[in-house]
Amino acid sequence: MATATKLFGSSIKRREDPRFITGKGIYTDDVKLPGTTCAAFVRSPHAHARIKSVNVVKAKASPGVVAVFTGRDLANAKVGGLPCGWLLPGIKLPPHPALAVETVRYVGDAVAVVIAESAFAAKDAVEKVEIQYEVLPAVTNGLSAVEKGAPTLHSVAPGNICFTWSIGDKEKTEGAFRGATVVKQHLVNQRLIPNAMEPRASLASYEPVTGDLTLWVTSQNPHVHRLLMAAFVLGIPEHKMRVIAPDVGGGFGSKIFVYPEEVVVTWASKQLGRPVKWTAERRESYMTDAHGRDHITDAEMAFSKDGKIIGLRVKTHANLGAYLSTFAPLIPTYLYGTLLSGLYAIPAIYCEVVGVFTNTTPVDAYRGAGRPEATYVLERLVDLGARALKTDPAEIRRKNFIPADKFPYQTPVALAYDSGNYGPALDRALSMADYRKLRADQERLRREGRYLGIGFSTYIEACGPAPSQVAGALGAQAGLWESAHVRVHPTGKVTIYTGSHSHGQGHETTFTQIGADELGIPWEDVELVHGDTAAIPFGMGSYGSRSTAVGGSAIVMSLNKIKEKGRKIAAHLLEAAEGDVVFEDGKFFVRGAPSRAKTFQEVALMAYLAHNLPPGLEPGLEATSFFDPPNFTFPFGTHIAVAEVDPETGQVKILRYVAVDDVGRVVNPMIVDGMVHGGIAQGVAQALWESGVYDSSGQLLTGTMMDYALPKADQLPFFETDRTETPSPVNPLGVKGAGETGTIASTAAVANAVMDALAPLGVSHIDLPLTPDRIWRAIRGAKKGGRA
Amino acid sequence: MNRAISVTVNGKTRKHEVEPRLLLVHYLREVLNLTGTHVGCDTSQCGACTVIMNDMAVKSCTILAVQADGSKVLTIEGLAQDGQLHPIQEGFWEEHGLQCGFCTPGMIMQALQMLQRNPKPTDAEIRHGLEGNLCRCTGYHNIVKAIQYAAKKMARK
Repeated sequence: MATATKLFGSSIKRREDPRFITGKGIYTDDVKLPGTTCAAFVRSPHAHARIKSVNVVKAKASPGVVAVFTGRDLANAKVGGLPCGWLLPGIKLPPHPALAVETVRYVGDAVAVVIAESAFAAKDAVEKVEIQYEVLPAVTNGLSAVEKGAPTLHSVAPGNICFTWSIGDKEKTEGAFRGATVVKQHLVNQRLIPNAMEPRASLASYEPVTGDLTLWVTSQNPHVHRLLMAAFVLGIPEHKMRVIAPDVGGGFGSKIFVYPEEVVVTWASKQLGRPVKWTAERRESYMTDAHGRDHITDAEMAFSKDGKIIGLRVKTHANLGAYLSTFAPLIPTYLYGTLLSGLYAIPAIYCEVVGVFTNTTPVDAYRGAGRPEATYVLERLVDLGARALKTDPAEIRRKNFIPADKFPYQTPVALAYDSGNYGPALDRALSMADYRKLRADQERLRREGRYLGIGFSTYIEACGPAPSQVAGALGAQAGLWESAHVRVHPTGKVTIYTGSHSHGQGHETTFTQIGADELGIPWEDVELVHGDTAAIPFGMGSYGSRSTAVGGSAIVMSLNKIKEKGRKIAAHLLEAAEGDVVFEDGKFFVRGAPSRAKTFQEVALMAYLAHNLPPGLEPGLEATSFFDPPNFTFPFGTHIAVAEVDPETGQVKILRYVAVDDVGRVVNPMIVDGMVHGGIAQGVAQALWESGVYDSSGQLLTGTMMDYALPKADQLPFFETDRTETPSPVNPLGVKGAGETGTIASTAAVANAVMDALAPLGVSHIDLPLTPDRIWRAIRGAKKGGRA
Repeated sequence: MNRAISVTVNGKTRKHEVEPRLLLVHYLREVLNLTGTHVGCDTSQCGACTVIMNDMAVKSCTILAVQADGSKVLTIEGLAQDGQLHPIQEGFWEEHGLQCGFCTPGMIMQALQMLQRNPKPTDAEIRHGLEGNLCRCTGYHNIVKAIQYAAKKMARK
């Protein structure tokens, strides 16, 4: 095991950094191929319209133009629509052509593509494509879309309802509410726009002589891209298509999905016999990268007299946008409703979700994906409960925690938590924050007319959805295992090929830490390869905080096979019984006689020389494994935000942010801390600044970085982080996911801090984002005696 | 109509005929193949394209290549000297100031000007100085530390 050795658990500097800090990273747009053409898309300016005609004559005649293709061209060529990878019972699946043919359904919906000798020429010609639209009424809000008389987006989905889904025991939950103390809240979890710093891009190159197609694409999961595009969209034989996701500049979910643009450039490259490249402009990213969240929820929580949560009832309208993005149905269902028990022992929960089509950009997984939405509902209600019951928000949480001796714990909403011990993280966070002093400060400042708030979020996350059989039963159209291949070279150097993909997570560092530890060889002797379907075994990629727990475990499985074979070879060379040979610190030796030893390198060499192998043993030393975990992993923790609200301006300042997370065992603490920081920043930004806004006609009002408020350095504090460590029992490393915890916890913590600050002013809830304008109005409204 | 320009980039004088509408960032990336300078937005918010032009940090997506005619430009590729990382680059590596790496070149070039103007910045001054550079991965925590690391190291020299 890796436990005793030195690399696992150490904050070594990242191996990928030298190329990034010197400008030598290779992102998709940096890949240059001779003869490359540039694609630019003609996009709908309307949220909903019938396409009456598309005239490409002038565009085709524009200087430098190589080709112009419309939706009709793709349909005639039998290019399939974009598939949906998660199907719920009774779900409505409207067609999603890569280029719209008859109707456009959101601003930015692609109608045609121009391919030209340069980006300038392509963009010039886009202006010359003449499209006549018949504008139709549009609907953008998830509640309005299901009202009678709302414009219908798809004939297959009457009333714009894509699915209705529920979980939990409705009758039992209704029973729990009878006679209980109940808090209710209408909650809006606003639409977010991911904004990975690298815009999406794709470069496809078809070689007519060999029939080989290579696609470089900003992808979190190159094999998923290849499978979906080859099998469902383009009909390219899977073995003739190679997908490379090189350095990828952040994903946060938005680069999981198959998008129209990569389908179109791939198809076009085949038509033209030339490489075709497209790189999004940021305004295109805003219009077309799958958005996140966008829930409208009515939730209520029932408490017993002694402050125990006895019931939770939730109804959510989840805005899915105009079409189903690749994993859209999963996010507001199995990644949301199943998380509503949080860290709490709640005997009865019922949740109903209506998935709704609207004339907006498709919505799918964005960092946290369903779990931040669940945490927000739960943690706001717990705080409202604490206020109603006049209980301290920390204590009401502690009182309702699932006790440490109750694991494994079956929630009423399907999940079985494998392990957990929630009190210590809360204690540690309270002590780091110096909670008593904070409350005293709050009292003192209130007397001075200053409004300090302390907000909690005690959260759980479920990551690395598993096992595949269960995922399949719940609607997944894919398995959720991960692969790893380990190749030992004759000199004893090692290459690890992982199906996971790193787009900021630092796998080249952490996965080689695992490899070097297990084999007892220098870290420098281990290399990681990822992101190229021609090099790695079929893999599922990185999302849902699964990489180390699932992908890392697959690596351990392969390393174990390597060690087993090595032991056979060493036993043969040492003339010892295999059972007597031990492997430690890079040496195979006879138990009790450490001098009778062969080094890992000697054994590797013999595996390839094959001059003296045990009878019947094949030469070579490499192994492939597929790890299908028996369950999710369940990170948890306590986050505390301290904020001050200026009652005159409504301005919020985050004064402190304390995060204590339990992500199981940690391979590289520096990297985990970094991901926690970034996650917190994104969640804080949802609480205070970010919001994707459409006007009533369906125009995206927040379509550039000037209009969409991404967090900046001077708006955030340093984050105070620590960890407790409850190893996960479901994988050999004992690790859990760590990439999304910050985002899942922090939105609720900040919202609760602001509401705590405003409590003396009579404000109990404001919808996100908590902008100065909204806070100022709420304070004014409360002063007038109106509802906040 | 193309225009002839001459720009000294990372110490080397380069001469090309370019379209007047060509942005400096595209000149660097597409003509000179210096792809370390990135494009993250269309509206001069993100700062991924920050380079030093005539001793001033500029967003190279907001300058036409023809405006750079006759100037000296330093990009991320020209920062390390004789295989030695610049202290700012070292700081980003030591303090884990990057994750996906996409904003990093712009951050580093911005930090260079910041430390030239204010060799001993406070944390708040660093945060203020990064107002025009966005990072989506780090929450800025370790970027501030990376720049402090560099400030201390540069002060020792």
